[in-house]
Parts: sequence; C-alpha cells; structure tokens
Amino acid sequence: MGKSLFEKVWDAHAVRQLVNGQTQLLIGTHLIHEVTSPQAFGMLRDRDLKVQYPHRTFATVDHIVPTNESVEPYSDPLAQGMIEELRNNCADNNVTFFDTNTGKQGVVHIVGPEQGITQPGTTIACGDSHTATHGAFGAIAFGIGTSQVRDVLATQTIALNELKVRRINVNGTLPPGVYAKDVILHIIRLLGTQGGTGYAYEYAGTTFDKFTMEERMTVCNMSIEGGARVGYVNPDETTFEYLKGRPYSPKGAAWDAAVEQWKSFASDTNCTFDDVVDIDASHIQPTVTWGITPGQGVGIEESIPAISDAPTQSERDSVAEALEYMQFEGGSPIRGKKIDVAFIGSCTNGRLSDFQEVAKYVKGHKVAEGVQAIIVPGSQVVAKIAEDLGLDKIFIEAGFEWRAAGCSMCLAMNPDKLVGDQLCASSSNRNFKGRQGSPTGRTMLMSPIMVAAAAVTGQVSDAREVFGFASAGV
Amino acid sequence: MSSTPIKKVTGKGVFVPGDDIDTDRIIPARFMKCITFDGLGEYLFHDVRKTESGEDKKHNLNDPRFAEASILVSGNNFGCGSSREHAPQSILRAGYDAVIAGSFAEIFFGNSTNLGVVCVIASDADREIIASAIETHPELEITIDVENHEIIYGDQSVPCEIKQGARDSLLSGNYDPLDELLVGADEVSKTAGALPYMQA
Repeated sequence: MGKSLFEKVWDAHAVRQLVNGQTQLLIGTHLIHEVTSPQAFGMLRDRDLKVQYPHRTFATVDHIVPTNESVEPYSDPLAQGMIEELRNNCADNNVTFFDTNTGKQGVVHIVGPEQGITQPGTTIACGDSHTATHGAFGAIAFGIGTSQVRDVLATQTIALNELKVRRINVNGTLPPGVYAKDVILHIIRLLGTQGGTGYAYEYAGTTFDKFTMEERMTVCNMSIEGGARVGYVNPDETTFEYLKGRPYSPKGAAWDAAVEQWKSFASDTNCTFDDVVDIDASHIQPTVTWGITPGQGVGIEESIPAISDAPTQSERDSVAEALEYMQFEGGSPIRGKKIDVAFIGSCTNGRLSDFQEVAKYVKGHKVAEGVQAIIVPGSQVVAKIAEDLGLDKIFIEAGFEWRAAGCSMCLAMNPDKLVGDQLCASSSNRNFKGRQGSPTGRTMLMSPIMVAAAAVTGQVSDAREVFGFASAGV
Repeated sequence: MSSTPIKKVTGKGVFVPGDDIDTDRIIPARFMKCITFDGLGEYLFHDVRKTESGEDKKHNLNDPRFAEASILVSGNNFGCGSSREHAPQSILRAGYDAVIAGSFAEIFFGNSTNLGVVCVIASDADREIIASAIETHPELEITIDVENHEIIYGDQSVPCEIKQGARDSLLSGNYDPLDELLVGADEVSKTAGALPYMQA
C-alpha cells in the first residue's frame, strides 16, 4: 500500500511516541513573528533554556508594522516595543531576522517561500494559523500556539496527534475571471468551517496541476478557515522551478539531490485517503462572503440565503446572526452591496501575481467616489518588483493607495482599520465580527479582481462584466 | 512541566450562545499588542461585552448573576480562526478553568489543553439542558468529571467527550509537554541528522 505525502513527511520527522500517545514531531523549519513569539522567549528565559537549533528559526515582522510610516519610533509605542523585543530576542539567540531594513521583510507566509526557506518534504511551524500556506510546496505546515513556539525553540519539536488526510480533487479549467481564491472559498462553502477538523487537506487534480505556486499558496493559506490545520499540494516541476535559485534553496549538486528527494515525498498513486472530495472547476463562480464566517459565501450570480433556507435551528440562528451583523437582507442579491473600503493584500492575496492581474484590468478605471482603496504588497521583495514593473503607478493613477509591506487591514493590529460599520471588500482570509479593527466593521471576502471591481464601481460587482472578460457571465 | 493532575473541574457556569465563536471574538487582535500574556483576562470577549463607547452590553458575561462563573458553555466550532494562544490565555486569566462546547477548533483545543484549560464536548441537546439549568439556577455547581466523561450539575448528569490524549494528559498532570520533549533531545538530534535540510 502506498503512502500519502502527509504520512511520508510525518514518518520522516516522527521522533518518538509520548506517554499520552501523541507523537514528538521534529519541526524542521520554524518561522516566528512579533505577536506570538515574545512570550515564548520569555518562557525560555524563565526556565533558563536556550534555542536548540537557532539556524532553523527565521523571523520577520508583519502584523504590527505600519504600512504608511517607515521611520522608527512608530507613532504607536506598543508596536515599537514589539518590534524591538523581536529584534533583541533574535540577536540574543542568533536567529535570522528579516528586519525592515533588509529589503526582505514582509508577511511571514510570503517571506518563507520567496526566500526559498519553504521546501518540499519538510515540516514547518509558525505561531500563526495561516502557516498551511507553505503546504503549497509539499511541506507539512502547522499553525501553533505560543507554548508550542516555546517547545520548538527549546527542542525543535512539538507534541502532536497524527491527522487524517482528505484528498480534494479539483479537475477542469476555471472559467475566465475565476481564481484560486474562488476555489478555496468554494471548498470552504462546500465542506464547512469545521469540515476539516482532524484532517490535513491534500489538494490535487488538473486545476492544481496547472496552478502556479502563488495560486497554490492562496488555496493552502485558507485551509484553516475550513477547519484543516494542514493543507498541501504535492511537489512537482512547478514547485522546483519556483524554488530554483532562491537565496535559501540548495545549490549545485545539492540541488539535484534535493529535487530527487523532494519528488520521493509526493503521494504514491496507490495510496488511500481517509476521505476524497471531487469538484468540477467549471462550476466555480467568483465567490463572495456575505456573513461572518468564511464558509458563508455565494457565487456572484446568487443571492444571500434567507433564514428560512437553513435546514436546522442552529444554522438558522447562525444565518440570522450573520445577516443582522452584516446589515443584509436574506434573499437579496449579493451584487450591488455598497462598499466603503477596498483592501488588496494579506498572506492570502498579497503576492506579485495578484497585483499583476489587478493592474492588467484597473488601467483606465478610477476608484469610485467615497471608496478608500488600498493595495498592500505582502513583502518588500514583492513591493520592489511591483514598483520596478510600474504597477504602483497604475494603481495610484486609478485612485488606489500603494502601501509598504505588512499584514495591514487583514487583522487591524496596525493603523489600517475599518471605522464604525464600514463595509470592506477584502482579499484577506477572515470575515469574523470585528476582524478588521472596528467592533462593528463588516468584511466581504473575495478575489483581488473582485475587490478591484468593487473598488471602481463602489459596490459588489461581477468583475467579468466590469472589466470585460472574454466570456463574461459564463 | 509536570503539574497537578486535573481529574475534575467544579464551578459555576455561564452560557455564551452561538456557533463558530472565533478567536477574534474571544480576544480581539488589537489587544494582542503586548509582549506578555499578563492582563489579557480583562479583554476576554471585549467586543461581545462592551459597546464602542465602552459601556456594558446586555450579555450573560456582564450579568452579575454569573459573575462567579468559572466554566464557559458555548456552541459548535468554539475557538475557530487564529492560532493565538492569547485566546485560551485570556479565558484562563479571566478566571475560567473549562469550556463545554459542541466541538472545538483544533489549534484552540491543543493550546487550551497545554494550559490545563479543560475543553469537553457535549451534544446540542445536553448543552441546552445545562444552559437552561444555569439560567434558572446561576448558583448551580457544575462538575466536569474528566475521568468518567460526565458533566454533573445538581443531582443530574449528562455525558461528555474529550480526546483520549488530552484526557490522559490532564489526568496525569502532564498536559504541558515541554519536560517530556526535552528528555527526547538525543533522539531529536538523530532524526534531524537524517534530514539534509536540517544541517547547518
């Protein structure tokens, strides 16, 4: 019987079984940021422990960095304190820190791959639930809590239960105007926000085979929104092509050996999965969330569900709660909802290809009056390339603000926040109540192109019509 | 660190209704601008409890009848979203020892167990019974019997579930795994030695 990638990587990193039946699992690559690591370093100091494998931990700063202010000290003393704490912890423990002056700083899940730190067949952990992003490379990547960050720093391992594996096959060609973001919003809508609990998601099928690494990352990134702590795609030529020549990728003879080893981690064709789901790519529409969980989404041609549409009382309660919070009427069309803010960025959709795609279509359009539209590159590397390509000028000309790298309005730990009950078309990953910084702020998740369409029309719109895609309305 | 075994948790309860209570709801991100977990208890469920101008909303968590509660009762998929340990830390620091829910998000569950915050699963119907018992008798003592998979309130009881590994860890007092992980250092270095990418 063959093995899945998950089983192979797990087996290669399993150190031993613990008394409670969990596995002590080696974490090969540890990524840290300023929000969930300072307490862990504090715990180490309290117990007089040192960082065991400092060369396998990499740090960057992303959540709290202002995107419109580059000179320290930042106007928020708490943010300044956090960046300094990280700087000191890294220096004291010989941990590599992609600081703001390195040209490499950015959102941790964008920095790891673009530096070539994220590699197939590895285990990766980070005190951040969107760590599954790195699974796009065929790594097993976990979001962990701060006590576990402590565990990784002190032992390079964590205690974990093995996961089941659900294979999600998406086959066929996505219609024009439908993107990786729509694929994952569609999957979460289908399987629910807790459907993935206890599972690793293996994404496969011809749609994923054709996806670029950046598209694969967008999908894997949101695995946790479907309840799956881990999501991955088997490594292939697209993966190796992306990694070749990156700063931390193996070089020379080591590269060839690494590629051979990476290939061996891919799921065997004769392996069995705990569950299999098949999805037809041609049925996926541009998808937009209308509620307060990422599973509450509909296609742009659909209407928001009515309370009475939900089959059970608890689901009716959830729909009612979401409609009340979002100030939407059940049964009304999703399109046409007037927006106040448009945000393109985040670890989900803050990569170069996201901006290239948006730039291609917003040329000649103007952000609608009364809408604040911001575009935030996911890293300094992305920002530099985008600027070299002149994308920033296209955005500014169209009325968008072009900012510096960071998490920005995805989670509002920095000055980028919604105000009052503003409605935001957002390319980020969470539409929870208050997520974007105002306790009454409202978020609608969608692809970057759909955010751009909302920005220029001032309302939720079908990007295929706004930007005249070849086969609009497919 | 080996801690005191947790076989039972006893205390008064408070009902926080709703499914998919996410970690942003438990502790909004703007309160995470800190370098220690001290003081997080104050912000537990902040936006659920407070209006934008800082006044108390009408909510069980503000109701003096439930002020002494140390057990939270809630819906399905409790703790979904972020991996922030700030969420169970704020629950613990606000004086709660346990959560009874329909189900838990995985990372939240692991983070809570590591801290000794007991998370048990009870059915919709049983949680409803407990919630209405709390509503009628806020002074009611609830006991979560981890060993026997039971929630006892007054002279009645309902079954509950907890993952085997978590249950064993709580019962043995080894829910914080660090000491056990440290003991495995030699084996860790052997496993690491076999992986090319781990070499310095």
